Amino acid sequence: MALKVEHELHQRRLGRNVGLGLVLLGFVALVFGLTVVKVERGDFSATPPQAEGSE
Amino acid sequence: MTDTSINSQASTGDAGFGDFFSLLKPRVMSLVVFTAFVGLLAAPVDVHPLIGFASILFIALGGGASGALNMWWDADIDRIMKRTRNRPIPAGKVTEGEALAFGSFLSVFSVVMLGLAANYVAAAILAFTIFFYVVVYTMWLKRWTPQNIVIGGAAGAFPPMIGWAVATGGISIESVLMFTLIFMWTPPHFWALALFMKSDYHEAKVPMLTVTHGRKATRTHILVYTLLLAPIALGAAFTSIGGPIYLAVALILNALFLKGAWDIWRRDETAAEADSYRTEKKVFGLSLVYLFGHFGAILMESTLAQFGMGGW
Repeated sequence: MALKVEHELHQRRLGRNVGLGLVLLGFVALVFGLTVVKVERGDFSATPPQAEGSE
Repeated sequence: MTDTSINSQASTGDAGFGDFFSLLKPRVMSLVVFTAFVGLLAAPVDVHPLIGFASILFIALGGGASGALNMWWDADIDRIMKRTRNRPIPAGKVTEGEALAFGSFLSVFSVVMLGLAANYVAAAILAFTIFFYVVVYTMWLKRWTPQNIVIGGAAGAFPPMIGWAVATGGISIESVLMFTLIFMWTPPHFWALALFMKSDYHEAKVPMLTVTHGRKATRTHILVYTLLLAPIALGAAFTSIGGPIYLAVALILNALFLKGAWDIWRRDETAAEADSYRTEKKVFGLSLVYLFGHFGAILMESTLAQFGMGGW
């Protein structure tokens, strides 16, 4: 008969690790989204958008 | 160190995810999120929804970080006060070192990320807010002067200014008015609480006005601050963040709050103890409705403005 009782401490650690993993995934998605928005708006262009248009 | 304090110490690595979340003072964070959101939407500049969402998130994280650092510094008095005894550190779920590391990391992280996501003016105000709450209020004023709530309340008043700065990149009369509204509201709100949580602050030796100047003086202070708050709240109605809806809400809520403050001022301790501080508890509850009502009205005015309504 196999005895496999998980201690409450391990459950708590698992919960913390899963929670942190989800937070990190969310953060990656947020930074990706912010980057897309800022690139589309031209925040990272070397020359201001109006200067490009005036050429 | 007593046996109790030894036993209440957590060992590193034992805390769960929820324990760390509790360190961020989620209830206070909800106020931060709401007022910052209103500040952001009330501003006359459109913000991309994702940038707005990220900014509010980082403002909330910054507020939460200062809450964690506050719990780290105040762990000794939190163990004494009934209201704070179940916080993660006194409950033995998180160590003081973990709270310090967590709060410090999140403080730097939230400021840097807000600077990158929105602008450096908003990030600078957030950094100052964290500094003000942790160093000026928690470390310096809280245990030194009964005016702790008055000056320290500024920390809780900054979020709408940060939200406004996220959108506009600056400060204006409207954002200063939203700051002043929360700044002047904080003392009567907390002193009403201090009147019916009387033994807590006394036992923790926190120089609350009720302890240093007596309860009659506290009742007078509540009335004076409520009287000073009313013109600020009503004045905001005639700026770009106000309008007829805001004015109506402000008139009703200020009349109710003034009536409550007047009732508190007229009572003595015998009457208050006889009905278990019913009026004080009622005014404390009303103070929460007061703040959410005013900011809700500002939000409504700005939402209606999107459809060509709202405002004057």
